[in-house]
Amino acid sequence: MTKSLTRVALVVLTLFAALLVNVNVIQVVQAESYAERDANRQLARDFSVRRGAIRAADGADIARVQETPDQLRFLRVYDGGPLFAHVTGFLSPVFGKTELEESADEALSGAGNAIDTFADLIANREPVGDTVVSTIVPEVQEAARSALGDRRGAVVALDPASGEVLALWSFPSYDPNLLTANTPETRAAWDALQADPARPLSNRATSEFFAPGSTFKLVTAAAALENGLDPNTQFPDPRSLDLPGTDALIPNFGGSLCNGGQPLNLFDAIRVSCNTAFGQLGIDVGGVALATQAERFGFTTTLGGQMPRVAPSQITTPELPPEQIDAATAAQTAIGQRDVVATPLQMAAVTAAIGADGILYAPRLVSRHVDAADSELRRFEPAQVSQAVSPATAAILTEAMIGVVARGTGRQAQIPGVEVAGKTGTAQRGEGQNPNVWFVGFAPAQDPRVAVAVLVEDGGGVGSEATGGQLAAPIARAVLQAGLARP
Amino acid sequence: MNAATAAPADDRVRKDNRRRANSELRYLVLALGAILVAYALVGLAQSGVVPAGLAGYGGAMALLGLTGHLATRRLAPGGDPVLLPVAFLLNGIGLVMVRRISFSNTDVGDLGPSQTLWTVVGIGAFCATLVLVRDPIVLDRYRYLIGIGAIVLLLLPLAPGIGYEVNGARIWLRLGSMSFQPGEIAKLALVAFFASYLAEKRPLLSNATNRLGPFPVPAARAAAPIALAWGVSLVVLVFERDLGLSLLIFGLFVAVLYVATDRLAYAVFGLLLFGGGSLVAWRLFGHVQDRVSTWLEPFADANGDGFQLVQSLFALAAGRIGGTGLGQGRAADIIPEVENDFIFAALGEELGLLGSTALILLFAVIVGRGFAIALRARDDFSTLLAAGLTITFGLQVFIILGGVTRLIPLTGLTLPFMSAGGSSLLANYVLVALLVRVSAASRA
Repeated sequence: MTKSLTRVALVVLTLFAALLVNVNVIQVVQAESYAERDANRQLARDFSVRRGAIRAADGADIARVQETPDQLRFLRVYDGGPLFAHVTGFLSPVFGKTELEESADEALSGAGNAIDTFADLIANREPVGDTVVSTIVPEVQEAARSALGDRRGAVVALDPASGEVLALWSFPSYDPNLLTANTPETRAAWDALQADPARPLSNRATSEFFAPGSTFKLVTAAAALENGLDPNTQFPDPRSLDLPGTDALIPNFGGSLCNGGQPLNLFDAIRVSCNTAFGQLGIDVGGVALATQAERFGFTTTLGGQMPRVAPSQITTPELPPEQIDAATAAQTAIGQRDVVATPLQMAAVTAAIGADGILYAPRLVSRHVDAADSELRRFEPAQVSQAVSPATAAILTEAMIGVVARGTGRQAQIPGVEVAGKTGTAQRGEGQNPNVWFVGFAPAQDPRVAVAVLVEDGGGVGSEATGGQLAAPIARAVLQAGLARP
Repeated sequence: MNAATAAPADDRVRKDNRRRANSELRYLVLALGAILVAYALVGLAQSGVVPAGLAGYGGAMALLGLTGHLATRRLAPGGDPVLLPVAFLLNGIGLVMVRRISFSNTDVGDLGPSQTLWTVVGIGAFCATLVLVRDPIVLDRYRYLIGIGAIVLLLLPLAPGIGYEVNGARIWLRLGSMSFQPGEIAKLALVAFFASYLAEKRPLLSNATNRLGPFPVPAARAAAPIALAWGVSLVVLVFERDLGLSLLIFGLFVAVLYVATDRLAYAVFGLLLFGGGSLVAWRLFGHVQDRVSTWLEPFADANGDGFQLVQSLFALAAGRIGGTGLGQGRAADIIPEVENDFIFAALGEELGLLGSTALILLFAVIVGRGFAIALRARDDFSTLLAAGLTITFGLQVFIILGGVTRLIPLTGLTLPFMSAGGSSLLANYVLVALLVRVSAASRA
């Protein structure tokens, strides 16, 4: 056995020699290249530098660091728990970072400020990341949370005159504090969040698509007005609209008439959300005008690119470019069905632009960067993305939206002493599925301080008869009130 | 032979044994010194002062080392003087590292006390093994009992109620608040069984007559035990999802079979079966594919599946030649399972290339002594037993160190004497005790 035993011993000791060579390669030859790997530097920067806080508009920290005795010296703490999760996102040593933690990373980690970094080095000061002051107003955010309650959906509130996001709430949310460490519990929490069928990690406000339903009629009306429609043009009032070239038809809500069978104008059509009239308008203006107008409101874009992440809303699919949209499709598109999909943020942007004399300001979550001594490093000014509609068109749409809340489908959004403009939406989905319901609006109607979009998924728990006026409008009212009450 | 000539010979042996025992004691003192320096350094790094418990801790460790030493001196005179000190040194450094990880890594909890307790149990197991196995022949005699015991131990984690899963591998037993990995002991029992079986069937197996073309192939009945070992390792792989243990058992058997028969055909046949089994496992199991793709491209998912491996490489690289110093590394805080499979990453980071080289060499010393003991053993069974134990130890060290340094795909195994956890520590002290026993028996 001596020979075979000696051979086996040689093989095993050769394996050990390989181990020795390998540690030499890693610890000497490749040490520098490993040290320079992005993934390596990133982790050091994320957790060994005192990362800047993320603040709400009122100065309260919604993300801060806590020093630990570990090598991951600074761990993130999110004092609001789930409340601001879709605003701040999370910072995890294992699962990366999201939302503001990702988009404002350069400032937060201090990497964006070379002069400071150099000064710190000279003065032997510990480098500190910049503090990012957000536009989020905690009272408005809290109003959004409590008004939506335990219904799945999203709420976005904007300042129409600047694009500042006052509230951004998506339910279900999650507690980002569960993801900040690197423990078996962290992984278990991550797995549970990933497996949750309600998808709490998904930001419904900016990254999920929903058919906008009748709220899209604002875009259709804008397209018609911008193309020369006289708002006093009378539309016929049939029970349903035949779709040219198909056997299908568009009925009004509940199969009723919009105006007792009498002709009606654009203001009435918006007030009662008349499907037949808007279907006809869609056919009249056509797919290209609808697509162009939608784009001016920010569809197909990231709305100025100032938000951490925006999924571009669409009115059609790549297979069906606007110029190929036929009359039947245009009619369905005009009432926000068919291929139209929008994020709640997009519908808030449409509404805000109407409120701001037709000017679309880029929605943004950050107002300022400040340093540790609270002196300002950078200020973000309102950025105009487009003149979505003319001031005249905006005025007509506003007047119509005032009618919606005063006398139409959106009466539940009324606020005593304040004129509110709004539009309801009830997006039918497939057979047997409950509708997604909407309300978009702003207040005060003239010179608004806050615009809001509310989406409640899946009938909000009240079933197939749910409507935007009944479910979403009261939520919008609560958020508008909170927005108006802010300093 | 008359009394007059026997007495000087006896005397010489006794003197030689005493000399060896004294060497062991000296090595143990050196090991103890190194452990206490490491212990003090960790204390300095953590709190800036030499830990107050140094004397007490040193005393306790000295007592443990002395107990092991006296067991060798009294119960296995002439036994190998190097194995226990090296094992003790590795154990002591592992203990320091486990305590150091507990200091700053709040997630793993305070493992210090339990690991210290397991060290006591380990030294106890070392002594108990020398008491119970007064001669290797005992293991030969109870061959089938040991073989059946090994299979039962291997399969126990599959039993409902007491077996449970950790990180996807079902290799744990829980009895009350105690948890244990029976596979660690089962390995040793399997070695004893293989050694005994092969020592007896050696002539038969060495003279296979069948030929396949120009290649001699083993007779069918001789191939049966290979198939059995292959089956056992497959059961471990498929039902317990323990890649590392499965690989170890099969590699062990093929190596011992080759040693016993001196026929390369078995080794080739075994390697072919291994290749086939690996391929099938790769095709069938997602977790095997994950391991392979993580090995090939760890950076493709550096924050997900590749996280442990990537951070392990970063840590080793950060250690460079001199190391970051004990208590100064990052791996100890961020790598999941750093106290178990990945303890080498933390050691390599904080002790540098010098430390990682020293550790690998210490393991190699145990392997080298083990093979030397096998070569000089008294009979076939003893040779195969020592060879099998050494191969088990060597392969286990290679599989886990190769895994965490990306030499081979990562398959979870504990690093002998260093990883936190009692089953592994206990089993490895038994392993070393058996090697000491074989070496003592060859000199008696």
